[in-house]
Amino acid sequence: MIVAERKSIPELIEILKRHKKILVLGCGTCVTVCLAGGEREVSIIASALRIASRVHGLGFEVDELVIERQCDNIFIEQAAEAIQKCDAVLSLGCGAGVQAIAERYPQKPVYAGLNTAFLGILEERGVWAEKCAACGLCVLDKYGGICPVTRCAKRMLNGPCGGSREDRCEVRPDRPCAWQLIYTRLKGIGQLDRLKQIESPKNWGPSLSGGPRVIIREDHRV
Amino acid sequence: MENFEPNIVAFCCHYCAYAAADLAGSSRIQYPPNVHIIRTPCTGRLEVDYFMKAFENDADGVLVAGCEEGSCHFKEGNLLAKRRVNYTRDLLSESGLEAERLRMVNVSAASAQKFAEIVRDMVETVRKLGPARQKSLTTKP
Repeated sequence: MIVAERKSIPELIEILKRHKKILVLGCGTCVTVCLAGGEREVSIIASALRIASRVHGLGFEVDELVIERQCDNIFIEQAAEAIQKCDAVLSLGCGAGVQAIAERYPQKPVYAGLNTAFLGILEERGVWAEKCAACGLCVLDKYGGICPVTRCAKRMLNGPCGGSREDRCEVRPDRPCAWQLIYTRLKGIGQLDRLKQIESPKNWGPSLSGGPRVIIREDHRV
Repeated sequence: MENFEPNIVAFCCHYCAYAAADLAGSSRIQYPPNVHIIRTPCTGRLEVDYFMKAFENDADGVLVAGCEEGSCHFKEGNLLAKRRVNYTRDLLSESGLEAERLRMVNVSAASAQKFAEIVRDMVETVRKLGPARQKSLTTKP
């Protein structure tokens, strides 16, 4: 899922201070699961903005709404009335959600209330970790399902780097060394021979280096 | 400001602080009437949103009173509450209110005197901070 975290209240005030009627718009999908932009967080951020408005005399009128998915026009329609009524939308969706709302309402200022961080999973309660960099050319089949592009700090396709301490990453000691994980995993599934192959440099064309990406499925177009 | 009477909301755990408040009443121990007690099954039931809504709806201070650490009826509800209170204190500071307006305390069911002292201290602390609503006269974002 997409993992995000909230911007600070002073940041939000700076973003919103030129407006009065503000709609805090949540999203019921990824950011709900990562506790950044679901119903509960919309309520908390809206309360914080109302308190800040009262304390600092900003005159905000804050409304709240959560739709199922901000990145889908079908669901955005459900927010039409609330969006029409407000001066600006503070989206607690991911970057894709913010832009989908902005594209749908060209006359309405739409701001991001979250910092979209990465694609990851819930590792343990309250801890989300990055697992995928969406590089566009998946190599997981070669590394036992552990991604060196995302989880190795040096993005080494022919590792390890030699700097790890025990099973810890040299760059971030709070994270495990991806290459230690790859070795353990390949050993477990009887594919250690894969490590004898030298991987050639990765094609970064399908990643962000190749410009904005789009996928077109002719068989689904109308 | 001299006549300011703070409006304090106290979320009290059924198994400890609420019983302590009850005992304080039965024992004729005096404490300020500014505190509005809300009984909860466990402080672990409380969420960040509850504290924020209290402040949004004119509370000048919020007290969260749970069991002594290690004595939670549901094992670790008070420890969960402590983390949520700390998170909310940061959020309040970001919003322009003093973190001291929200306080987590641990009170056993027998500690009627301690409960009364905690309430007195909380009321005095918030009285010195002043009303949450009228801060707009003195602060800038």
